[in-house]
Amino acid sequence: MPITNALTTEIHRVSILDEHGQFDAKLGEDLIPNNDLIKLYEEMSLCRKLDEIAFKLQRSGRMGTYPQNMGQEANSLGAAYVLNQDDWLVTCYRENCGLFHRGLPPEKILLHWMGDERGNNIDPKLCITPIAVPIGTQMLHATGLAWASKYRGEKRIACTFFGDGATSEGDFHEAMNFAANLDIPVVFFCQNNHWAISVPGRIQCSAPTVAQRAIAYGMDTIQCDGNDIFAVVYCMRKAVELAREHGRPFFIEGVTYRLGDHTTADDARRYRDEEEVELWRQRDPIIRVRNYMKQLGIWDDSKEAALMEQVEAETAAIVKRAESIEAPDSDDFFNAMYAEIPPDLDLQRRTRRTSSIGQDPSQIERPQTSSR
Amino acid sequence: MSERIIEFRDALREAMSQEMRRDPRVFLLGEEVAEYDGAYKVSRGMLEEFGPRRIIDTPISESGFAGLAIGAAMLGLRPIVEFMSWSFSLVAADPILNNAPKMLYMSGGQFGCPIVIRGNDGAGGQLGSTHSWCVEGMFSNVPGLKMAIPAFPDDAKGMLATAIRDDDPVFFLESERLLAMKGHVPEGDYYVPFGKAVVRRPGTDVTLVSFGRPVHFCLDAAEELAKEGISCEVIDGRTIRPLDIDTIVKSVKKTNGCVVVDQSWSFGSPGSEVAAQVHAHCFDDLDNHVMRVHSADVPSPYAANLEQEYLPNARRIAEAVRSALYVA
Repeated sequence: MPITNALTTEIHRVSILDEHGQFDAKLGEDLIPNNDLIKLYEEMSLCRKLDEIAFKLQRSGRMGTYPQNMGQEANSLGAAYVLNQDDWLVTCYRENCGLFHRGLPPEKILLHWMGDERGNNIDPKLCITPIAVPIGTQMLHATGLAWASKYRGEKRIACTFFGDGATSEGDFHEAMNFAANLDIPVVFFCQNNHWAISVPGRIQCSAPTVAQRAIAYGMDTIQCDGNDIFAVVYCMRKAVELAREHGRPFFIEGVTYRLGDHTTADDARRYRDEEEVELWRQRDPIIRVRNYMKQLGIWDDSKEAALMEQVEAETAAIVKRAESIEAPDSDDFFNAMYAEIPPDLDLQRRTRRTSSIGQDPSQIERPQTSSR
Repeated sequence: MSERIIEFRDALREAMSQEMRRDPRVFLLGEEVAEYDGAYKVSRGMLEEFGPRRIIDTPISESGFAGLAIGAAMLGLRPIVEFMSWSFSLVAADPILNNAPKMLYMSGGQFGCPIVIRGNDGAGGQLGSTHSWCVEGMFSNVPGLKMAIPAFPDDAKGMLATAIRDDDPVFFLESERLLAMKGHVPEGDYYVPFGKAVVRRPGTDVTLVSFGRPVHFCLDAAEELAKEGISCEVIDGRTIRPLDIDTIVKSVKKTNGCVVVDQSWSFGSPGSEVAAQVHAHCFDDLDNHVMRVHSADVPSPYAANLEQEYLPNARRIAEAVRSALYVA
């Protein structure tokens, strides 16, 4: 028998507005109306400013470890822009911009990173899951949420975000396999920011694209310039159509770059060349939209100055709101353990002692509440 | 009380089927649960009744289907996840330990996780050490979950039905060695509340406390010891989390002696927890320190004779009781 070809495939890469200001009018026409573009630009600017402030809050001891989102704003924002309000957004920790677009009060993000679980207690109407810090686990939850929506006969879909590093995790492969085999409407959005903390992409994956991993699972896939909000929106529209109308999963690799450190506990200068970072600064998703809007004549320096002033005031107010929330009471850590508190835990709660087993609670004086 | 006698595995299925008829949010997923009726035939006939939408064969992908079920539970469904063996839950440790029991806590109270994870737990089937894990020692350490371990067919039904109705994640441990055991099981709705231990055999000289299959070893030992004039009270704990320490304490205050029998390894186990709590509550009532009988501190042996010796068998329990009572 002759050797025949079992499969030939290709990965499409979408770029509409590049860093030199070149705009593909054919692909980009009517994709984002000008009024929306201005709004998206303002949202990215606010997110960027809050990111800078969060970094400073951490450095001055007012916040815990924080992962900066700088440079990656367009991916989650473009996705949230295309999704319906009741589609699930199942994110990790570099999707602030998309979460804010959905309606998450920004002080919730600050509260979370200040070390307060209540930052993840999000209005259920927003259809946002808690920020997932273990790598990759949220992809399975997204698959389950979308599967449950399908089970209930709803037209909702889920969109889950993860980094290039997460695509080496078993959970990634198990979620992809499930979604493809069981026809689950999930959009898998990989923010390929080139670095898994200090490990570069070429050491994580020998394939030339992350997008091609989806082919192995029989899933449609595409790569886009993740710093180009137009390209992200274009790919998301394709993904959402397939998921909502045909119940199929879709994979998007948004090629982007982590301009900041992995988190505030990291110093990327120790392992990254400044030239590489500088190259990506030129490809900033915010700068190119600003230049494009100026080209169109819908933006100018005075509007920019006014926006910066507004963003300054708004972020200051966000920080103030986050810091004005009272520290949780030590009762709180027992209250969300079970639907109904079991007797042994209730004893610990009432006595504020974890070593009180065997003691008569009535004989233990309850110490005064101490706040942090 | 019904006089109907059925097998332990049928009791499990009856609980699942009745809850699925009652509540459309309940579904079952796992390896081989549909077409094959389950590796241990617990889900026999369920595909036929409920169809592939609710009885779902999964790829061999424990982390995958456990994680998917958690997502579905977050949206308000009530998944029953079958692990062919709890031994295989080890590759799903992140979803079942790092997500399910803390979802409510980490979402500030927003997302509960009403999921039942069930499957075969423990040694005795000569399955070798990698397939004979007894997970109660490891997993009961984690707050936020509940752990149920039935020893009799009626409890299998009543406790599983309670687990499915529970709003928190329940780890439900079934011994493959008990699946063919027959017993009276009530028809219709039947629920056994969590956190309520039961005295399986009343006695006066010493309290034996156990969970799951070793309860039967305790009953065997009590029978033997009765011939020597030693009267054992045998307590079946039923749930490890929540633990019904009150029933145990009440018994120990009566007998003044306690032997805890637990099929997990001794270090940091349900047995050590019960012993510590009994010491704390009954310090002045005890005539001897609490004795513990566990599996030997080695991987579960493959050889049949060694496996029996490895488990906390009736002979070893009887020795511990004599020692507790200072009988040479």
